[in-house]
Amino acid sequence: MKNRLVYMDHAATSPLREEALEAMLPYLKEHFGNPSSLHTPGREARKAVNEAREKVARALNAEPEEIYFTSGGTESNNIALWGTVKKSPGRGHIITSAIEHHAVLDVCKDIEKSGYRVTFLPVDRYGLVSVEDVAAAIAPDTVLISIMMANNEVGTIQPIQEIGALARERGIVFHTDAVQAVGQIPVDVKKLKVDLLSLSAHKFNGPKGVGALYVRRGSALTPIFRGGGQERKLRPGTENVAGIVGMARALELAVEELPEKTRLLQEMRDRLIRELTAMEAVTLNGHPTRRLPGNVNVSFHYIEGESLLLSLDLQGVAASSGSACTSGSLDPSHVLLAMGLDHQTAHGSLRLSLGRGNSHEDVDYLLSVLPPIVKRLREMSPAYHRHQ
Amino acid sequence: MYNEKVMEHFTNPRNVGEIKDADAVGESGNFKCGDTMTVYLKVKDDVITDIKFKTFGCGAAIACSSVLTEMAKGKTLDEALAITNKDVAEQLGGLPPIKMHCSNLSAEALHDAINKYRQKSLAQQEQSR
Repeated sequence: MKNRLVYMDHAATSPLREEALEAMLPYLKEHFGNPSSLHTPGREARKAVNEAREKVARALNAEPEEIYFTSGGTESNNIALWGTVKKSPGRGHIITSAIEHHAVLDVCKDIEKSGYRVTFLPVDRYGLVSVEDVAAAIAPDTVLISIMMANNEVGTIQPIQEIGALARERGIVFHTDAVQAVGQIPVDVKKLKVDLLSLSAHKFNGPKGVGALYVRRGSALTPIFRGGGQERKLRPGTENVAGIVGMARALELAVEELPEKTRLLQEMRDRLIRELTAMEAVTLNGHPTRRLPGNVNVSFHYIEGESLLLSLDLQGVAASSGSACTSGSLDPSHVLLAMGLDHQTAHGSLRLSLGRGNSHEDVDYLLSVLPPIVKRLREMSPAYHRHQ
Repeated sequence: MYNEKVMEHFTNPRNVGEIKDADAVGESGNFKCGDTMTVYLKVKDDVITDIKFKTFGCGAAIACSSVLTEMAKGKTLDEALAITNKDVAEQLGGLPPIKMHCSNLSAEALHDAINKYRQKSLAQQEQSR
């Protein structure tokens, strides 16, 4: 059992799949041309970028000209949010939620500093944003609503279609950070009625450093970067050709395999949730059903998440936690706190994010190594001692 | 992120547990991150003869608790009181900057136990006078 690696941190990043790597290699080697060049190598690269755009568009039920390639989720979010706000400079109002990824949350805080008003909507104990709250927050000067499609920590899937319909009806631009959703659940931009959607390749077994922004036809954005004319001036800079090609291949396959993958992931997820919450003093974080197929998030009361992660890592299990000790700041996860968890419960949180490549044997292994770790850490914990 | 010595103390912490008939029990809590530590002392002739701990916290907090008990065992109360947070971190060969606050937990719990022990002794002396 030693030297076994059980990777259960796919929400952080996922391994590059072989087919995506194969598709990329020619563009890292012989087909090195700049897509903006007129000569043959340039035209080859341009063709590859165009084909990739068509594939990404098809996967989202979008049109190719609605897809803009970026360096990833963070850049897509920045371009979407600032690009909308800069269209109506000065004052205005935007609506977002308290559980967004920092790549939205911190951008909104910056926008707030620039003179805008920002409403950070609360969530319920399952991490759900309410459509009624969105409707109630809309003001005459609301220019943008940004709500994530699925949460990265607890996997709660938001009512995007309903919020999309509301935003469309009121003529407000609607952005969704779908970084955790694309390749994991069906994403149809027309059905969802979104105007802007961010995605990132490395979350669906594509390469790191590449992503895309969907911009619905007719909803122009003001560019935040200046440079050449690439990506119709919205994202200037020479295209990451190999990355773009790898992303398109990975997304194409992820969508093709979605039904089968979802079935297996849900099976493993539900088994983990069932077995873990059957342990003493373990609670589920997030929604019981409206959650990503691969997301498990539980709190082990009376122990701290980082100790748990270190111990799991020593057994070859890679996972993540919303504990203050792992956050890089001194506060536990803003998502767990927004859901009303107390500090200690958030402290003991463990996220297992399953993905392509995980098997029931991995689940067996996790379930065999975890209980002794929990027991050992609790025996060491004064909080557990007081509880007994 | 952690050096080998920290990981070694985290994996095999020394002196974990409680002392049922402890002469003093000290506690500390990290108000900021939520970690807590309890330390149990046996004292004879002003010397720490036994020490045990329980800690709710991260790898650094557990390693600091463990190394602290090693440092304090066999020391006089004055010597033990002189152990600082910095000493604990140094004994472990250093901690990541963001984890320095974790070392506060251990020295504070020890100092709390010693202060409580001395208050108790003082009260007993006054009673017997």
